Amino acid sequence: MSNLMSTSITTFYVISIVLYLIATLFFGATVRDKNVESKAKKRNYGKIGITFTIIGLVTHIVYFILRWIASGHAPVSNMFEFVTFLGMSIVFAFIILYFIYKLDILGLFALPIALMILAYASMFPTDISPLVPSLQSPWLYIHVTTVSLAQGILAISFVAGLIYLIATIDQTVRNKKTIWLEIIMFSIFLVFGFVIASSTFSLTNYEVEFEYIENIQGQEQVLVAEYHMPPIAGVQKEKMPEVLTEGRMDPLFSTPSWMQGADSGRKFNSVIWSFVVGGALYLVARLILRKRVSAWIQPFLRNVNTDLVDEVTYRAVAIGFPVFTLGGLIFASIWAQIAWDRFWGWDPKEVWALITWFFYAAYLHLRLSRGWHGEKSAWLAVIGFVIIMFNIIVVNLVLAGLHSYA
Amino acid sequence: MDKIKCECGHINPEGTVLCEACGKPVEGNQHIEGNDNQKLLNMRYDGSARRSQTYNRRIVDKVWTFFSSVKVGIWLIVIALLASGIGTIFPQAMYIPADAPNRDPAVFYEDYYGIAGKIYYQLGFHEMYSSWWYLIVIALIGISLVICSLDRFIPLRRALKMQKPKRHNTFLTRQRLYSKSENISEEEKQKVVESLKNQRYKIVEEDGHVLAEKGRFSRWGPYVNHIGLIIILLAALLRMTPLLYLDDYVWVREGEEIIIPGTDNEYYIENKKFTLEVYDKDDPRFKDALEKAGEVHKGYTTEVKISKVKEDAVVGAADELEVVKTDKLMMNHPVKFDGYTLYQSGYQENEFKTMYFDVVKANDENQEVIDSIEVDLRNPEETYELADGLRVQMEQFYPDYALEDGQPITKTKYPRNPAFVFSVFPPESDEGELSFLGIGQNIDPTGENEYQLVMNKMPETLYVSGITVRRDYTIPLFIIGAAIFMIGVTQGMYWQHRRIWLNPNKGNLLMAAHTNKNWFGIKKDLEKAIEGTSITMVEDQQEIDK
Ligand code: HEM
Repeated sequence: MSNLMSTSITTFYVISIVLYLIATLFFGATVRDKNVESKAKKRNYGKIGITFTIIGLVTHIVYFILRWIASGHAPVSNMFEFVTFLGMSIVFAFIILYFIYKLDILGLFALPIALMILAYASMFPTDISPLVPSLQSPWLYIHVTTVSLAQGILAISFVAGLIYLIATIDQTVRNKKTIWLEIIMFSIFLVFGFVIASSTFSLTNYEVEFEYIENIQGQEQVLVAEYHMPPIAGVQKEKMPEVLTEGRMDPLFSTPSWMQGADSGRKFNSVIWSFVVGGALYLVARLILRKRVSAWIQPFLRNVNTDLVDEVTYRAVAIGFPVFTLGGLIFASIWAQIAWDRFWGWDPKEVWALITWFFYAAYLHLRLSRGWHGEKSAWLAVIGFVIIMFNIIVVNLVLAGLHSYA
Repeated sequence: MDKIKCECGHINPEGTVLCEACGKPVEGNQHIEGNDNQKLLNMRYDGSARRSQTYNRRIVDKVWTFFSSVKVGIWLIVIALLASGIGTIFPQAMYIPADAPNRDPAVFYEDYYGIAGKIYYQLGFHEMYSSWWYLIVIALIGISLVICSLDRFIPLRRALKMQKPKRHNTFLTRQRLYSKSENISEEEKQKVVESLKNQRYKIVEEDGHVLAEKGRFSRWGPYVNHIGLIIILLAALLRMTPLLYLDDYVWVREGEEIIIPGTDNEYYIENKKFTLEVYDKDDPRFKDALEKAGEVHKGYTTEVKISKVKEDAVVGAADELEVVKTDKLMMNHPVKFDGYTLYQSGYQENEFKTMYFDVVKANDENQEVIDSIEVDLRNPEETYELADGLRVQMEQFYPDYALEDGQPITKTKYPRNPAFVFSVFPPESDEGELSFLGIGQNIDPTGENEYQLVMNKMPETLYVSGITVRRDYTIPLFIIGAAIFMIGVTQGMYWQHRRIWLNPNKGNLLMAAHTNKNWFGIKKDLEKAIEGTSITMVEDQQEIDK
């Protein structure tokens, strides 16, 4: 790839991220209630916010197309590209639901979630990778983009559920509910921790390389792991890593051997750094706020129409479920049939798609009965998103299967 | 049967909760839908008489009632979900890595995962998805689907057919969206009706009572999608029969033509050539990625020729073949013929095709080549006549050489590790000099040989292509099931059944509305409909059950 091309691609990506950040600020302005008189003003903030979001999405799409042209295949073929696409899908789904319900508060939560997904994407190598034979099928793109779109829509259900919970859960007591809600908040801090740690070390150009032996289909190959953060956890000791870079700290311990995904040592190290930095941030936040983070946010959501938010939680699943079925099960089967001669093979990734599908089917059935609206429904929406994230994070980090193409 | 006559004159079946025609709650049946202590009526099945809620005496009734409960259905789904998840904790037996020291499940799980692995294996979780109890859970979901759908679909359809625009007061006041307006003129009402018509509502009017309805067909969505699921489950069941589903595997060497297994000896396949392509390391697009990953395969191609045995061939005679198809078989590009499908599934590179030996004088330091022989390993010749009257004779050939109890043997008939015993006959001599040659071995047993065979040129290898043979007559059934499922969910999720009632009552106009989902949408419809009239907007009477 020529340098010019690669620079312009990156530029579009960065612009879209900046635009999403600006949009988030405007959506944030809609919940500030310093001057109650200016309802119209707030509505304007919402309009500006959605405008920035749309322009951001357009630049994001331009980025996508440019990368497509550069690589010659749709850029959804490795983890970086796939997760980036998911971030884009969340923004897209948010825009759709925004235009149905005109809920500004959705933007304040949906865009940061999308940004975190984009941050998570940067954990994976950003190089354009060649396609191994099983991935050389148009069904790959069709399958992956549809699944990702569905996950984006379902993520909005999570966003609405989260808003519902923060707005309604009684924060004056300490119980299971407030603790779990706080755990969700904490995990958001972890992502911030990751972003801060990785961008700090990348500004200082930190790099340390390990050579290690990986058994690939019965053949031992020597591979190199590039760490961009100081190695707290080194490559699995079973893989006999050796440091190639001089003058760097020695790993404090090595990655457990049951983490079998590609490049899991480096990823595990990033997770640890996220906990270190994110945990520190969280502690600081608690010290400053002197209450739970969710309790601190709650007053800002005072004017939110929680019934409408509850409806969004459900509606997003109603819209996303058929798309997920189509992309995650039907298109996936078509591709598997053509590529691996069986449309269903109980590969972990396939099973987790099935689990996600079962889960949302159960959710829809529960919504049919009394007593499963409102808070319970919101918790379920959160769990659904946890399953989706599990699919993307744990299944890739720990379980190695046909799909672990990163 | 105890039919129930409503005050509106309609005769309802036993077990009805809300009169099919006017919606008046049937006294004594309100507990069925849990309406007794609630302000709002449960409208999910329009208060129709469901078998499961009506009869509960015989054992059949009890079974029916059990399976028609959505709660039971949800539990079954949750159990299937949890079991599926457990099945991914450790790899399933079929995914035990090929390079594991011991692939026997009884050993593997304990070896790799310790005590947890042992328990996992002993509980049979290593073959979760074909375990009898997993299959039973799936089958129960199927039964539940059928019963549940029948239980609701039939009465619901009947109730929706019987409904009248004139509704009982209680029915209207106990809807989630309801309003009462005073002094509404007929024009105003007609204006609303017009507007609803423009919003594509179907209007039924009776003595000034109006029912506006749209999207009723979306009510059938769940039943349609459940039919799709049932078809898929049936297809999965049929797939267990060999008649409808054949799955075989064949290894074909380059240049070899063999019978395709599973085809009743009717078809032959020839592997004309196998090609393995790798990505060019210098491709500017992938340079960075390739530097990290090493060699990355780009494609596998087998050029295949499929032939069919001629039908009128004489019994016992060698098969006479006619070519059915020649094609390139690649990953993501299966080859189909006469109902069978071939897939490129694997390859091996560990077989030799041709080996080259040079004959030299044993004591010649320059190793001057006198002559060479070329051994075609699939069809080795026995003697090779060479220059200078030399003659080489192949005494023994071990295609896949190994030592067993000190004796040379061949493990298979395939040239994976070829070894030979040659005799070299000097010119005009009857006495051969024995030597043993193999990969990396060249032994002169006597140490007195005058001539020597040496391998100066790399042997040529050949590829063996691994091909899956499939014939699957259930696939169309899966496709139909999936298509019906998609139609059903789309119909149920992207459309909604909305109804609006306008009933004059003692000089007032009662307006009520119901939708099966998307209340936000129906409220917008109503706002638009009453625009420019003095009709009161409906109030949302729902209190969310927490
Ligand atoms: C994995 C299996 C299943 C899937 C994917 C599935 C899917 C669906 C979907 C998408 C809906 C529509 C929900 C809505 O409109 O909000 C639905 C409705 C329904 N399902 Fe299932 N279902 C499954 C199994 C079952 C089972 C086992 C039962 C039996 C207990 C059942 C009973 C029902 C009922 C009663 C409805 C509601 C119909 C209505 O209210 O109009 N489903 N199902």
